[in-house]
Amino acid sequence: MDRLLLDCGSGGKASHRLIQELFLKYLGNSYLNTLNDAALLAEIKTPLAMSTDTYTVDPLIFPGGDIGSLAVHGTVNDVAMLGARPKFLSCAFILEEGLQMSLLEQIVRSMGEAVKRCGVYIVTGDTKVVPKGVVDKIFINTTGIGEILRQPAPSGSRAKPGDVIIISGSIGDHGLTILSKQKGLSFEAEVQSDSAPLHNVIEELVVNLPEVHVLRDPTRGGLATTLNEIANQSKVECYLEEERLPIKEPVKQGCNFLGLDPLYLANEGKFILILPKDHQDQALKILKKHPESRESVVIGEIRDGHKGKVVLKTELGGKRLLDMLEGEQLPRIC
Amino acid sequence: MDFLDRFKDKTTCAKLLAKLEQELRAPFRFMEVCGTHTVAIFRSGLRSLLPENLIHLSGPGCPVCVTHEREVAGFFELAQRKRVVLATFGDLLRIPGPKAQTLKDLQAQGAKIKVVYSPLDSLEIAKDNPHLEVVFLGVGFETTAPTIAASLQLAKAQGIKNFSVFCLHKLVPPALKVLLEDKHVQIDGFLLPGHVSVIIGLKPYEFLSRYNLPAVVGGFEPLDIVQALLTLVSLKSAQVVNCYPRAVKPEGNVKALKIMQEVFEVGPSLWRGIGLIPQSGLKLKDEWAEFDAQIRFNLTELPEVEEIKGCKCGEVLRGILRPKECPLFAKACTPEHPVGPCMVSSEGSCAAYYKYEL
Repeated sequence: MDRLLLDCGSGGKASHRLIQELFLKYLGNSYLNTLNDAALLAEIKTPLAMSTDTYTVDPLIFPGGDIGSLAVHGTVNDVAMLGARPKFLSCAFILEEGLQMSLLEQIVRSMGEAVKRCGVYIVTGDTKVVPKGVVDKIFINTTGIGEILRQPAPSGSRAKPGDVIIISGSIGDHGLTILSKQKGLSFEAEVQSDSAPLHNVIEELVVNLPEVHVLRDPTRGGLATTLNEIANQSKVECYLEEERLPIKEPVKQGCNFLGLDPLYLANEGKFILILPKDHQDQALKILKKHPESRESVVIGEIRDGHKGKVVLKTELGGKRLLDMLEGEQLPRIC
Repeated sequence: MDFLDRFKDKTTCAKLLAKLEQELRAPFRFMEVCGTHTVAIFRSGLRSLLPENLIHLSGPGCPVCVTHEREVAGFFELAQRKRVVLATFGDLLRIPGPKAQTLKDLQAQGAKIKVVYSPLDSLEIAKDNPHLEVVFLGVGFETTAPTIAASLQLAKAQGIKNFSVFCLHKLVPPALKVLLEDKHVQIDGFLLPGHVSVIIGLKPYEFLSRYNLPAVVGGFEPLDIVQALLTLVSLKSAQVVNCYPRAVKPEGNVKALKIMQEVFEVGPSLWRGIGLIPQSGLKLKDEWAEFDAQIRFNLTELPEVEEIKGCKCGEVLRGILRPKECPLFAKACTPEHPVGPCMVSSEGSCAAYYKYEL
């Protein structure tokens, strides 16, 4: 069989073959292999962090990753942002009839590699096959749970005046990569997605630092949107300095060319850390130890002034508002 | 250092700004007529650094903003036809049309709308979908017209029959003339559009001297803009000075002008907030009529529309009102729910005020 048939989602023998020969082959573990209606999670400490996300990225495979690894990293990161250690994932596929089996296998294999890298288990799953045209090839939903490492957990509402804002590396890489590969755009950039798991460095930060106020990964909507959310939730001003923002040259140039703003481009392997200035040096020391956050820098601070807003000090020295994006800047990037 | 970074140097910029402040003896109202200038002035933070008595006005320089309501109604009607794919630049997707709907709304209702970065991309869509009619939405100024002319020539050469252009192009100099004839409009000088000038050169601006108005052509990096403004306020007589010589030649882009002349002819055009301006638009020449979407789809007579009540985009576009002086600004009219087009496009002056001003 080189193409997926509707039968494979029927619940009958064809479904079972798909589960055995593909999903269990790459994703199997003692939880999933029982094939019960639900997974029994005996060893887990409360309180828990839980997060869900659905992945619809187009194209499915892109420089630096694919929808499979993205669906693992993305949810692992969301769980980690609560200062938690991700443990278990669920995974649901919605597949289009006629999908090439080799493509599906490539993606499931990539997911399998990603869960191993992250040290998490996919413990329950679901597969639906829908008629051609109902979805675009593969959509994946993953839900993750993890153990909260410390209380109170970091939250978008805990930023306080006097805190510093740190970003764990360059921004806009994922968004620009996807855009440059999307059909219909005759444009290529020498850049790749930053899709990566962040939970290891997060764990070290949360466990070792006296205080962590906010952890957020600036995915869709980018750095500007996430900081606006934080400013709103915490009722503070986020003050950013443009000349400190780490943006790679090809991303800058690609954005210039396409009229996009890297501050609004999605990231899939970066996080924002907000904490009291006193702990800044200790945080940077930890961040720089881990390859995924080696290029961490302080990009601004939390102030009392324009509450609920993000203020940007431009390279020129002027000040302006950095507003939230109105709608999509790009279609289907994650 | 990147070549363009030299035009962003903050030390040089601070020096020029200090000089600009010295030169200004009285309030000076300058108008830029290019959406890219509007955005560049706000985004770079330059606006917060300009001397207080240098008053910045945004003129009719955003192509989305000056597209007339009747033109919008025309392409909305076209977008809803069954076999039509409307290929457009992305910033038109949120422009409010009849019944306060947008192209995004029509798309959700099933209209086939494709965002492209170049009209040449829409030719590819036409080739891939021979059973559909691909219409490129030709909204823009002299800057975008040459690539559209080139894509039409390519369509003809390749015998692509299911491609046409809804030609709503506008020309900048005739609009400037209308502003200067309007006694409500108060301007002391123009910052002329850099990209448009790359194409048309300096000659089309010669008429400005008859109105005793100084003007400068400026680039888009912070230093380009400050240098151009410094020149503008220092000019002792009405003349047009090219402060963007690295891109703008006095004769313009001869090749682009030639290709435009082969495909387009000048005709009247409707401008939002201004009305009909003679000799201010580009229409396809008779020999290109087969590629004219308005002829192909029987839309030469644009639909009549009702005026949007309370919307002051017309006054804003002419620099009579500043966005914050419009009673709807940030109240009934926001980027979430734009009433007028100046709030829609990222290059619109109301949107820029809303988005960037502290």
